Amino acid sequence: MDWDWELTTEVIIPRIIEASWVTIYVTIISFVLSLIGGIIFMILKTSKSKIISILSTEFIELIRSTPLLIQIFFIFFGLPKFGITLTPVVSGIIAFSLYNSTLCAEVYRSGLNAIPRGQWEACTALNLSYTRSFFRIIFPQMLVPIIPALGNFLVAIFKETPILSFVAVAEIMHVAKLIGYEYYEFTEAITTVGILFILLSLISAKLISMTETYVRKSVIHE
Amino acid sequence: MKERVKILVIIVSLPILLYILSLTKLQKYIPNLIEGSIVTLKVSVLGLILFFIMSFLAGIARGHFKGVTKWIAIIYIETFRGTSLLVILFWFFFVLPEFGILLSPIAAGVLGLGLNYGAYGAEVVRGAIRSVTKGQKEAAIALNMTPNKYLRRIVVPQIFVITIPGLTNLAMELIKGTSLVAGITIGELTFAAMKLNGIFFQPIEVFGIALLFYYFFAQFVRLVSSYLEDRFSVHLNKEV
Repeated sequence: MDWDWELTTEVIIPRIIEASWVTIYVTIISFVLSLIGGIIFMILKTSKSKIISILSTEFIELIRSTPLLIQIFFIFFGLPKFGITLTPVVSGIIAFSLYNSTLCAEVYRSGLNAIPRGQWEACTALNLSYTRSFFRIIFPQMLVPIIPALGNFLVAIFKETPILSFVAVAEIMHVAKLIGYEYYEFTEAITTVGILFILLSLISAKLISMTETYVRKSVIHE
Repeated sequence: MKERVKILVIIVSLPILLYILSLTKLQKYIPNLIEGSIVTLKVSVLGLILFFIMSFLAGIARGHFKGVTKWIAIIYIETFRGTSLLVILFWFFFVLPEFGILLSPIAAGVLGLGLNYGAYGAEVVRGAIRSVTKGQKEAAIALNMTPNKYLRRIVVPQIFVITIPGLTNLAMELIKGTSLVAGITIGELTFAAMKLNGIFFQPIEVFGIALLFYYFFAQFVRLVSSYLEDRFSVHLNKEV
């Protein structure tokens, strides 16, 4: 095996850096949407109405136990039948957000369960409405301990983005495959992508653990 | 007991569902999808075996041993956790032949799935090893047990039960992950669905049925594991 350095530096790295913008913006948008979606799913799941709670639990279970790839296909090929035509990137973002918000909902719920009952009772005593007590009192408290767990979703979504290459989004993996087919040099292209992934996830793991220590030290004063 | 009933319900309801589907106009999709799901089952079972072996090997190597063994395990775990499953699969399929290792698609898929999720499983096992209380290690030293005997007789029987929920989650992830091996030309369920969608262009029906199939597989694994967990943790819940 001989490594083609010229191809790596001249073609692969510039094109992969260009493609990584797609990966990064898909990751960030999906991450933000799943954080918001997670709150919605959590509120639905812990709802007092039994029907809503059971329905949303089953929906979450359905989303969680089916592959992301088929969900993307379902959204990308299926929705046009209802007259909604989406670009591959948008359908990918929707699928990622839906999938990860069901997972986020569990994390939020664990945070919510960690809030002492006394906080809710104090809100009732102060005559705060449910929405107000949730968003002003409970939510900020439950958010702090789960920040590291939420940070992990950023890495998880980032590692899921290569799936988008199935619907021809020009993200890192797709570009690597294209380079592979153009020059018939899969070794360099795919290995470079692999190394990029390892580097980025090591860096983000470090950042998450730094956030965790920061949160522990300065916010919770542990 | 309740789990057993649910497992039976799941096993029985799949053929019933298939029968109902075969009466409707969706019947033309069924043979291909069943063919695909048999391949999916094959890849899943082989992948799950490799996954369990790798998670215990690497987890014990990282959590119990010291020196070179531990470092090899750390490098393995960090490499496979750091990359994406699809990148690993493509790497096994397209790059390993350059090193003279020519894998069949199924072998590449099974290796990729097993090694990738095995790295995540190793972390579960390592966490379980850390949860074994320190007093037990001290007791083992006091009884003059060798480290290997301590591992075999004290640690492994305990972590086996603790790791069931964590490893089950990953096993479900692995079953879902088998859909990605469609990318390396294995004709499994997703691949069959993609093909059918290409022919008939009925995406809602085709991918909907495929989603149901995966849902059944995942629920089956989940129920079996919660049955196993009940079964193996009987001694933990016993009233004293």
